[in-house]
Amino acid sequence: MSMSNKLLSTLSFLLLIALWYGMAIVINDNTLPTPTVVLQVLWQEIKLGQLPHHFGITLLRLVTSFSIAMFFGCAIGIALGRDKGLNAFLDNWLIIFLNIPAFVTIILCYIWFGLIESAAILAVVINKLPNVIVTIREGTKALDKDLLEMAHCYNFSKNKILFHVIWPQLHPFVMAATRSGLALIWKIILIVEFLGRSDGMGYQLHLFYQLFDVASILAYTIAFIVVIQLIELLILKPLDKKALRWRR
Amino acid sequence: MTTGIHISIKNKTYTTADSRQYIAIANFKLSLPNDNFICLVGPSGCGKTTLLNIIANLDIDYQGEISLIEQHSPPKIGYIFQNPRLLPWHTVRENIELVINSHQAPEIIDSLLESMQLTEHQHNYPEHLSLGMSRRVSIIRAFAVNPDILLMDEPFVSLDAPTARQVRSLLLKLWRQRPHTILFVTHDLREAIALADRLIFLSASPMSVISEIDVTIPREDRNNDQAIESFRQQLLNDYPTIKTLL
Repeated sequence: MSMSNKLLSTLSFLLLIALWYGMAIVINDNTLPTPTVVLQVLWQEIKLGQLPHHFGITLLRLVTSFSIAMFFGCAIGIALGRDKGLNAFLDNWLIIFLNIPAFVTIILCYIWFGLIESAAILAVVINKLPNVIVTIREGTKALDKDLLEMAHCYNFSKNKILFHVIWPQLHPFVMAATRSGLALIWKIILIVEFLGRSDGMGYQLHLFYQLFDVASILAYTIAFIVVIQLIELLILKPLDKKALRWRR
Repeated sequence: MTTGIHISIKNKTYTTADSRQYIAIANFKLSLPNDNFICLVGPSGCGKTTLLNIIANLDIDYQGEISLIEQHSPPKIGYIFQNPRLLPWHTVRENIELVINSHQAPEIIDSLLESMQLTEHQHNYPEHLSLGMSRRVSIIRAFAVNPDILLMDEPFVSLDAPTARQVRSLLLKLWRQRPHTILFVTHDLREAIALADRLIFLSASPMSVISEIDVTIPREDRNNDQAIESFRQQLLNDYPTIKTLL
């Protein structure tokens, strides 16, 4: 990002904070506290250890369900992209699972398996998996056939084809699935915790909702936004940079 | 040590968009002597690339057999495609290493890179190379596997004349160091005469061999444009049907 773009980005962020501040002062009510009040609550929650505890639990659920969904999503997506018969067989299943509302999956998992941790993780995975499969399947269908022919001609092993020919071409699709997946999973996990867990961000937000504690709701939201930005800056962008270093 | 390659294709058909059967190759037989440079010349769409793909085992939907004459086993193939087909996320050296477990033989790669004047570019990515350099990398990759037969599908098309001449001369240098059978497809008769031991002229599809002609110009005279041109003229006079194939 150039200097002028950085300046624009900073200015737009400051404008958003100023708007929030202005509206909070005009409304002058607990339903919209000022940014300073929210930051004070955030600091208090961190000091008391409440926020790190619940945030940590939600983060663990996110990492677990995200890893399972990405691993199986990539494997199934590649298989469907490479095998037309398998794709024809499973296409209807995929459309059905893509269109089941997240809320329905969550309550069904809780009814069928009980209000347990694995049911919560399963509900998140079932919601995310079809999206990953579809993204990776489309990426696999778009693979460069010339390069696959070259690999076949030079007798590349299956592993070599997967890691040196297919995977680098799927990188943009995997990153798209990762980014959209993180955003989706966060939202689903909060509902899962809201409906059936006794800890985590969703559970805490449920409590704050019952108490009409908007400052705490916003404080937890800020913590959530900061972590998402950190994941983008510290993990996803460096991964992108490393994987695409060969580009002009 | 092998004694050549035998190609026998009884039938190769395609199904067209309107569900008709199109015969691309029928009753095609060709025996290639060992360590010869052979140029295939034929009209566009006659099935030359199809033939190369069959030999490379990329197209298995045909009736026939490709084998080493004495061993009856599939030959080891090097293939230089029209488009270099390098993996863009790997450096020049990595692209070559991938085809041969080169950690066991780094000196082979070093010597090939040196022959093709690419030593200083070995750690560059293909996107940072010119087309001529990419073509040279694809030649190295094909030579690196030490193939029984090297297939080349119009590898110098779209190169400017001086670059094509330079790459041709590097190819011949490399081939003299590591001789093996080369099957080279081209439309350019001058290029074919400059490179080949033998020219094979092919008909329109269904493809068949029209004539096989040995190039009698000594190797050391192949840089002489006049010698090439007079051989070409003689060829066109002796075999007028060749004109229709170019």
